[in-house]
Amino acid sequence: MYDVAIIGAGVVGRALAYTLSSFELSVALIEKENEVAMGASRANTAIIHAGFDPTPESMMGQLSVEGMRRCYQLCEELDVEHRKTGSLVVAFEESQKSVLEILYRQGVENGCQGLELIDGQETRRREPKLSEGIQAALWAPEAGVINPWEFTLAMAEVAVRNGVVFMPDREVTGLAWQGDHYQVTFSLPEVVQARFVVNAAGVNSDLIHQMVATSAFEIVPTRGEYYLLDRTVGPLVHSVIFYSPTTQGKGVTISPTIHDNFIIGPNSEIIEDRSDTGVTRTGMDHIGEMAIQMLPSLDLRANIRNYAGVRANSRRGDFYIRMSAEHFLDLAAIKSPGLTCAPSIARLAADLLEEAGLPMRKKSLWKGGRRVIRFKEIPEEERQAFIKDNPLYGRVICRCETITEGEIVAAMKREIPPVSIDGVKRRAGTGMGRCQGGFCGPRVLEILARESNRHPLTVEEDGMGSFILTAETKGGCAHD
Amino acid sequence: MTERYQLIVIGGGPAGLGAAIRARENGLSRILIVERDVELGGILNQCIHNGFGLHYFGEELTGPEYAGRVTDRLEGQGIDIVCDTMVLSIESGAEGHRLCLMSAKEGYRFLDTKALVLAMGCRERTRGAIGIPGTRVAGILTAGTAQRYVNMEGYMVGRRVIVLGSGDIGLIMARRMVLEGAEVLACVEIMPYSGGLARNLVQCLDDYGITLLLSHTITRIKGKSRVEGVTVQQVDASLKPIEGTEQDFDVDTVLLSVGLIPENELTRAAGITIDPRTGGPVVYENKETAVDGIFACGNVLHVHDLVDYVTEESEEAGKAAAMYVLGQEKEHPEKLEKEAIDVVAGPGIAYTIPQKIRPAGESEKTRIFFRVRQPYKSPKRLVLRDGEQIIASSRRPYMAPGEMEHLMVNQHMLEMIKGRTLVLSVED
Ligand SMILES: Cc1cc2nc3c(=O)[nH]c(=O)nc-3n(C[C@H](O)[C@H](O)[C@H](O)COP(=O)(O)OP(=O)(O)OC[C@H]3O[C@@H](n4cnc5c(N)ncnc54)[C@H](O)[C@@H]3O)c2cc1C
Ligand SMILES: Cc1cc2nc3c(=O)[nH]c(=O)nc-3n(C[C@H](O)[C@H](O)[C@H](O)COP(=O)(O)OP(=O)(O)OC[C@H]3O[C@@H](n4cnc5c(N)ncnc54)[C@H](O)[C@@H]3O)c2cc1C
Repeated sequence: MYDVAIIGAGVVGRALAYTLSSFELSVALIEKENEVAMGASRANTAIIHAGFDPTPESMMGQLSVEGMRRCYQLCEELDVEHRKTGSLVVAFEESQKSVLEILYRQGVENGCQGLELIDGQETRRREPKLSEGIQAALWAPEAGVINPWEFTLAMAEVAVRNGVVFMPDREVTGLAWQGDHYQVTFSLPEVVQARFVVNAAGVNSDLIHQMVATSAFEIVPTRGEYYLLDRTVGPLVHSVIFYSPTTQGKGVTISPTIHDNFIIGPNSEIIEDRSDTGVTRTGMDHIGEMAIQMLPSLDLRANIRNYAGVRANSRRGDFYIRMSAEHFLDLAAIKSPGLTCAPSIARLAADLLEEAGLPMRKKSLWKGGRRVIRFKEIPEEERQAFIKDNPLYGRVICRCETITEGEIVAAMKREIPPVSIDGVKRRAGTGMGRCQGGFCGPRVLEILARESNRHPLTVEEDGMGSFILTAETKGGCAHD
Repeated sequence: MTERYQLIVIGGGPAGLGAAIRARENGLSRILIVERDVELGGILNQCIHNGFGLHYFGEELTGPEYAGRVTDRLEGQGIDIVCDTMVLSIESGAEGHRLCLMSAKEGYRFLDTKALVLAMGCRERTRGAIGIPGTRVAGILTAGTAQRYVNMEGYMVGRRVIVLGSGDIGLIMARRMVLEGAEVLACVEIMPYSGGLARNLVQCLDDYGITLLLSHTITRIKGKSRVEGVTVQQVDASLKPIEGTEQDFDVDTVLLSVGLIPENELTRAAGITIDPRTGGPVVYENKETAVDGIFACGNVLHVHDLVDYVTEESEEAGKAAAMYVLGQEKEHPEKLEKEAIDVVAGPGIAYTIPQKIRPAGESEKTRIFFRVRQPYKSPKRLVLRDGEQIIASSRRPYMAPGEMEHLMVNQHMLEMIKGRTLVLSVED
């Protein structure tokens, strides 16, 4: 019997697991995929929003600035890649300018600091490549970019280190209240019992909600597609550039990534199939056009990857956070800026659980913190000595991003080891560059198989069933 | 502590090896080859098919055999070799060049050299570079990655295959997959012609009954975890998919053979001018780049169809590097620079190598390599002009983008047009 079962190992479930791991509680984190951060938490714009977007009355407005500040703090404590870049919302026409003023006022009320309304000339002084057509902008110095899956993983690793049980490959299919606890059932013949259940199932959060309560909200899955451009086009922009919302809807964003590449997107399309993360020609063309309007010199041929994420939007237009049934907490409809708000959502969730009767006693022994060795960050003069002690850090496996075998092997030894090629990618950063794993893929597969004692044929690229190799050749394995 | 070499060669493929050997033969004694992989040979090691060496060795060899021939020549030459070592950066100064090297064995270190040959080869274009819509699933590989799995690691990468792009590696892998028991449903090419060698089209597709769909492309990849199918559409003259021409293929694997890109990250970071048309550095007739004492050859310079030409080109670069180090160049570089002739790709021509010629160069004749932009099935004339004046010309019965061509120019012709611009074009 667990004290708490959290459904969904996205950033929200993870932030809560992290928070709860410091209390005397037994916690299970249940996830349908084979890994942490397989939903919206891995396919998003990766921005730490400053907090001027949501209205002050909304839950999002109340959680944004707290979340943003806590994000930066956690990034420092957990050694998560991030950079405070600041952001600009740019306006081309009068109607957009008045939107900027509204955003400014909202921001001030939400507690953002350093907001500034600037004219077109000043905008281009700060970001020289931006279009001459831009007339005004809202500058928010507190915005930044983050490595979203590392953020999720980092909290997950600390949670697991402190006793949280991670249960991947389990899709929750039923929840039944037994008078003092829930019976959680899966597609597998297995049952988990927990006194409290937390719904952090992202785009499926309405379905989980309906297992215990009457429908109070409905998820409208809304897909956003992206381009990822190679850093050789850069530097395009230094800060995050948002297109000011118009009557035609929200515009796209151009943002640097923590790895100095550039993200362009997303569009916004309501889709039927919640799991459809495919990209479309229409979507890509639309994003391209919008982006070129802001950045006329943009060259989309530097594209190294297109991807898409699905937002857990609801018609209410806000997060849905409340105790919806006996011992059942919804952290549902966590749309953008859900990544930024995850830490404040977790704080609020812990408060709500305590109010609902979950006993919260701090653990006397809690091991926080996290350090990652990134070869690229080791000062030049220390590298020779470092490799002498750790020769694996001298062998480059990913040539685009200069990731060494040492970093991959270290990732294999962390609290939640990767099970797939993309799992290694999300931890060590291999295959993120312009050749997208073409060169390092076979090498990573070999290391992954070796370090986890698996046969190469069983290694997946990403989610369950995404096998890369299908058989041995007629000649058999060349290497044994 | 830094050591000083006369010449360092980056890359131990046929280009690097050819350059090192020729530099040795021309009098250099302190030469180092740095190779990132655990063995020499470069991409040849995974090309187990026949068809290498017809021009150069006069016989048909497999890739590894060709690599073996070239590596054998290193024997007893006293050339230093380090494998499993990556060059991370190049810094050029008045005295020469400083390279940063990294390996598990020797760690992180710097080496100095007077001259440098870039021979890093090329890499494959990926799905992102061409932006195919659909889901991101397993079973989408570049043909070269598939080649490595199949030929070097001993694993199959799929059962029902479609090949996108008709580059040589794709054609060769189509055949290889069939030989390993897979079914290859089609090879799909967006252009109205193939970018591969004619001989590969016959020997890899025709002989195995694999359909080549020209003016078609994949417009959607379907699947949840692994490829479950693709949609193929015909394209119009502007390469846009034509509605109503959709065909679905039930495949579990998509092999991409959509082009190669010279691997010039190091080159770019070293501040060497890159030609956007080749993706490689701009070079003079002796394969010297815009930076003194840095030469380039092989696929890092422009993508070659035949390894034989790689070897020949690398020998020119190796010899020129030796002459540079030994101070045997005829004239002062600054004077030469003023007299340099620009070679420009005119109508019908995709690019030229070299892009610049210094007429006081060593040889009697200068060879200009190039590719045409589109196939020419009827005889055409290649003309190299200085304004109205024809400097060289030659008639070709047939030309195609897949095949590298060259044109010889006499030295005495060049002497007369110092500092001018030559345009190479296809004419009737
Ligand atoms: C296109 C896009 C752009 C965005 N950009 C930003 C941004 O720049 N900044 C920002 O702050 N926010 C952004 N967001 C929002 C942010 O990404 C999300 O709010 C956040 O990731 C939500 O986290 P989550 O944990 O609620 O959901 P998810 O990450 O989706 O996690 C839910 C998890 O639940 C699992 N699950 C679902 N059903 C079940 C079941 N039945 N049983 C077991 N497990 C189940 C899923 O597999 C998944 O792992 C963006 C979102 C999108 C889609
Ligand atoms: C798949 C394929 C099939 C082919 N088929 C044929 C054929 O049938 N017939 C034919 O005649 N030709 C064929 N070719 C063409 C011919 O093989 C190539 O043009 C030739 O091998 C290129 O030689 P290279 O030395 O320039 O490059 P490569 O052979 O690629 O060698 C480059 C070397 O540089 C190393 N390197 C790169 N960067 C660094 C660094 N930073 N530090 C250290 N080392 C580095 C690499 O590891 C590699 O070993 C084929 C080519 C390919 C790719």
